[in-house]
Amino acid sequence: MADKILMKGNEAIAAAAIKAGCMHYFGYPITPQTEIAAYMAKVMPKIGGTFLQAESEIAAINMVYGVASAGKRVMTSSSSPGVSLKGEGLSYLAGSDLPALIVNVQRGGPGLGGIQPSQSDYFQSTRGGGHGDYHMIVLAPASVQEMAELTVKGFELADTYRMTAMILADGTMGQMMEPVSIDDLKVNPAPEKPWATTGTKMAREHNIVNSLSLVPEELEELNFKRYDRYKVIEENETMYEEYMVEDADIVLAAFGIAARVSKNAVDEARKLGIKAGLIRPITLWPFPKAPFKAAAEHAKAFISVELNMGQMIEDVILATESKRPVTLCNRAGGMIPDPAQVLNAIKEVNGGIA
Amino acid sequence: MAKLTFKTDNCKGCALCVDACPKGILQIATDKINKKGHHPVECTDMEQCIGCASCYMMCPDCIIKVER
Amino acid sequence: MAVFEKPHALIDVPLHYCPGCTHGIVHRLVAEVIDELGIEGKTIGIAPVGCSVMAYNYFNCDMIEAAHGRAPAVATGVKRADPENHIVFTYQGDGDLASIGMAETVHAAARNENITVIFINNAIYGMTGGQMAPTSLVGQVTQTSPYGRDPKACGYPIKVCEMLSELVGPEYLERVTVNNVKNVRNAKKAIKKAFQNQIDGKGFSLVEVVSSCPTNWGMTPKQALEWIESDMLPYYPLGVYKDRSAEQKEAE
Repeated sequence: MADKILMKGNEAIAAAAIKAGCMHYFGYPITPQTEIAAYMAKVMPKIGGTFLQAESEIAAINMVYGVASAGKRVMTSSSSPGVSLKGEGLSYLAGSDLPALIVNVQRGGPGLGGIQPSQSDYFQSTRGGGHGDYHMIVLAPASVQEMAELTVKGFELADTYRMTAMILADGTMGQMMEPVSIDDLKVNPAPEKPWATTGTKMAREHNIVNSLSLVPEELEELNFKRYDRYKVIEENETMYEEYMVEDADIVLAAFGIAARVSKNAVDEARKLGIKAGLIRPITLWPFPKAPFKAAAEHAKAFISVELNMGQMIEDVILATESKRPVTLCNRAGGMIPDPAQVLNAIKEVNGGIA
Repeated sequence: MAKLTFKTDNCKGCALCVDACPKGILQIATDKINKKGHHPVECTDMEQCIGCASCYMMCPDCIIKVER
Repeated sequence: MAVFEKPHALIDVPLHYCPGCTHGIVHRLVAEVIDELGIEGKTIGIAPVGCSVMAYNYFNCDMIEAAHGRAPAVATGVKRADPENHIVFTYQGDGDLASIGMAETVHAAARNENITVIFINNAIYGMTGGQMAPTSLVGQVTQTSPYGRDPKACGYPIKVCEMLSELVGPEYLERVTVNNVKNVRNAKKAIKKAFQNQIDGKGFSLVEVVSSCPTNWGMTPKQALEWIESDMLPYYPLGVYKDRSAEQKEAE
């Protein structure tokens, strides 16, 4: 086994992307994710890859669109305001069924907001982000090692299902340092892409990458087919972690840095004799409905712990089919809840159900 | 001798070829209507065609073949 | 025996353009050049949003439809994906290239991105029914400038070749037109050079083609070609605005 090295989350994403065979990166500077671009700028020229600082987030995502059309693994990264600008490109990537990896290291919003960690792009990511009916696979890492692993996974899922995958991290995940192993990452090579626009070599009909469809019956059919594919993903690719959920009366829902804080709070609650547990969605889309539905059979209440004004809580309510009360424990604008706040929320709910 | 062939069904009757022809032997056939509903171009005197391909050059719909 | 007929790189289907629209002429010229250079098998074309949005149905090479104005960025991606084996061209109108996509245009030129750009300037938004374009002439009546383009309210039309020629980056910029046989021949020469430059690795080559839009100009096809001569060309003079290789040769 290779040695672990101490890396920032952002650097781990960049290193893992290259390990996954991504030789093309396009980006635009924005805090708190610029280390990804800096890493790529340093490494790509030495390995024959492309690093290009685009003139805008819009140009960057469209350069991604170009490389993806040509059938190669490609990525861009940004933070919240920049991802809004990429919304157009995300929609076109979806409409053209192109695989690509997008990283959003979120910061507080709306507008220019701040540069401290946030999870307030949950709706934007899980509901699309651009116009039209579509989804992205949204992966939420909770450690630097997972930043690396989910980056590889993101490329693989994107290729398998011909769609965009997004790493939805927060500023904490991007900036914090932890030991990580890049060399041990297992990578499945990209599949054949016979649809790619790489030149006909005068040996086949021309390929067209396109999202325009002016006949409504045909466009409807394309949407139906895309959603059939989404169904397969929901069935096969949902990922989550459960922590002490089995006998829990109070189940927390949290992802990313909020999940780590929540885990501490669960431990503290257990010490006080309160049966708390945690479900940590790793895929935010598809959302892991099953463990929440199952937990709703025995748990008395749910708490959604988020770095926003309450976004994932809606999915928790849907997944638990409103069988149990779901409350929100949150900070916003770049603030992070500490374990004490979450423990207080657990105690409060426990008082209510005791 | 030069020869013109028209893909008449794709002609939109824009007449850019008519104006381009130095011999004045092309015209819009107002007595004919093609599948697209346009009056197509026709050659009035193929004998006079010099095969200069001016009509081909100006045709936006690439319906003219010129052999010489 | 000499034969002039539909080039192989142009698919044998009816074009959707209005009667007398010069898009078709430029399509054919691009296809002829692709044929003559023998590059169809490695060419990838990028269609814009606008009248030529469906150009992907007309060229036999691989085609990509880009978001509005983003073709140069998409082309950058495709080219960089495999610079040795991809010949990449964009085909864009004035709204696409000089309005919503101006940043992408300028920066691709500044980077001297090794791509070929075919720019159709017909001074109007055709596909949406004739609105004012960034290149609409002063006084030109359109749906969104019903009293004529008033420079006090919406400024002056953009001269793309002149503007880009101030950049150090681009290799080759030429403005041509297709309003008569002689000019069509010249336009083809420019387009061929713009592709040859890419093959030779010289960099960003843009050919601006002053074109007509009879439908939205409210003219017959013939009148529209005459209007190019009388009104468009005085403001958009034809010529080479930048040819770095030629300039370097001259300097030697």
